[in-house]
Amino acid sequence: MGGKMYLWLQTHCLAMNDSLSIQEPEKGFQDRIDREIRIEPRDWMPDAYRRMLIRQISQHAHSEIVGMLPEGNWITRAPSLRRKVTLIAKVQDEAGHGLYLYAAAETLGISRDEMIDQLHTGKAKYSSIFNYPTLTWADIGVIGWLVDGAAIMNQVPLCRSSYGPYSRAMVRICKEESFHQRQGFEILLTLSRGSAAQKRMCQDAINRWWWPSIMMFGPSDDASPHTGQSMRWKIKRFTNDELRQRFVNVCAEQVKILGMTLPDPDLVWNEQTGQYDFGPIDWEEFRNVINGNGPCNRERMAARVRAHEEGAWVREAATAHELRLQNKRISSVKENSEKS
Amino acid sequence: MRRDQHIHYLLHLADDSLILGHRNSEWTGHGPILEQDIALSNISLDLIGQARNLYQYAARLVNRERGMKEKVLPGVKVSGEVSEDTLAYFRDSRDYKNCLLVEQPNGDWGKTVLRQFLFSAFQFLLYDRLKQRDDQQVAAIAEKSIKEVAYHLRWSSEWVIRLGDGTAESHRRMRHALEDLWLFTGELFVAAPYEQELLAEGYGADLSSCRLPWEDTILETLARAGLFPPEDGTSNGSAHTGSAIMTRSRAGGKEGQHTEHLGYLLAEMQFLQRAYPGCEW
Repeated sequence: MGGKMYLWLQTHCLAMNDSLSIQEPEKGFQDRIDREIRIEPRDWMPDAYRRMLIRQISQHAHSEIVGMLPEGNWITRAPSLRRKVTLIAKVQDEAGHGLYLYAAAETLGISRDEMIDQLHTGKAKYSSIFNYPTLTWADIGVIGWLVDGAAIMNQVPLCRSSYGPYSRAMVRICKEESFHQRQGFEILLTLSRGSAAQKRMCQDAINRWWWPSIMMFGPSDDASPHTGQSMRWKIKRFTNDELRQRFVNVCAEQVKILGMTLPDPDLVWNEQTGQYDFGPIDWEEFRNVINGNGPCNRERMAARVRAHEEGAWVREAATAHELRLQNKRISSVKENSEKS
Repeated sequence: MRRDQHIHYLLHLADDSLILGHRNSEWTGHGPILEQDIALSNISLDLIGQARNLYQYAARLVNRERGMKEKVLPGVKVSGEVSEDTLAYFRDSRDYKNCLLVEQPNGDWGKTVLRQFLFSAFQFLLYDRLKQRDDQQVAAIAEKSIKEVAYHLRWSSEWVIRLGDGTAESHRRMRHALEDLWLFTGELFVAAPYEQELLAEGYGADLSSCRLPWEDTILETLARAGLFPPEDGTSNGSAHTGSAIMTRSRAGGKEGQHTEHLGYLLAEMQFLQRAYPGCEW
């Protein structure tokens, strides 16, 4: 072999090796995703995938925790003992969901404290739906029916999300959410069969929550910056608009059972598409609420920060006590070993 | 046994559980640690569950006897049968029979867990006695509930120890909480007239037999927390009562003489039922 040829081979093969070593893990990763193999915490993953998941899971966890506030607002005023108990249990479930999700995000290398700090400093977002007020008892029913309903529509596909811990957390969460949704609908059904005042309360709550609920699916596909990559990585399985359309189709039928209406004059069944057409969404309002100018943004954040700050002495005391116990254990072990 | 006294007793037991459960539920969503928010909500659920069992039983007794409705719910117009909700939502504070301890405002986390501890230690002893008594319904409810109460007692005593033994600040807060709440513990052991009457006929529980074991539990946990009960400020010293820690106390709740706090709690809790009477919810 001539020297020239050898040199060519050497440089060429080295270059190939180099490009292989860069592309190999990424390719292997995408390959696993394409073959529907779950990614687990110890597996290699691209940084951007990790970041996208942390953003999404922590946002989801924060939504559960902030979401406890508008519903918790009616615990002390629930109109019967049965309703009081189911509402406490429901809000408690949301706390549990927050816990699973924080734990799932922690497998990606971020601590719960960091995530909570991001929430309190406004760096991390939560679902903007919880910035709307719960003004009457009917709002508790509507949150179950529409807000949890929209959440389920979003979350059921996440049970097949490519990241293992997230998808497993979602399986548990979805089971409980569908229970909540039925409870919410049942509250509305009772109101819809009640007195004139109760019917009015029911329709009013639907009117106030309908548009914010369908905004929960996020911006329309052409304005959603993360959708494309998220679908390639199979974190998401359907686009925002696909899910929103399904939700509208379901609710437009369910509202008939209540004998109520959805506040959209353009809502009409379209024979050709086999779907409901609906009116334009006010994205200006959506952006406003996301940017902190919704009706309750300040109250919600203030309540979370207050709970955290007022709990600081409790957490410090618990840590100090635990430390003291540990020291006692250590010194008693030492004493014992010295004696023997 | 006079039926109305029996019903008053059931309402007293139910009111204790409902009011404490309601107070605890004010924390839901606002707890200092997510796991503990869940734990306290759980205790709320247990307590309100106990209250429901007792109210349902009381409602059956009310409905069974002509004229009983007027005795138990004076001045309240009830169309149809009395239910657990009629009893919870249509009695005013003068007809509520809970102890003053359980209606005290939550204060900080330390005061809340201490209130739970002082009450659970008592409730455990009470239910332990009730599960052996002649009223089979009450015995069954006590039997079921005592497992929950054992957990409430363990959970709350762990918190009392943790906070008493934690930092200088947590210790100080627990001392204040103890001073605030201690006044209300004496009432737990003073039998109301309906309790005395029931006891004479073999129903209910002998509260005086609960006192010393309660003190043992309390003193043991407080000692582990580095806390002491406030000094005795009355002449009801140990020499007269056999009690090591008898103190000045405030009472009246069991007979409907409450602190001002209960009125606000009920106004909030009962608002929907009262604003829209006669509705299904």
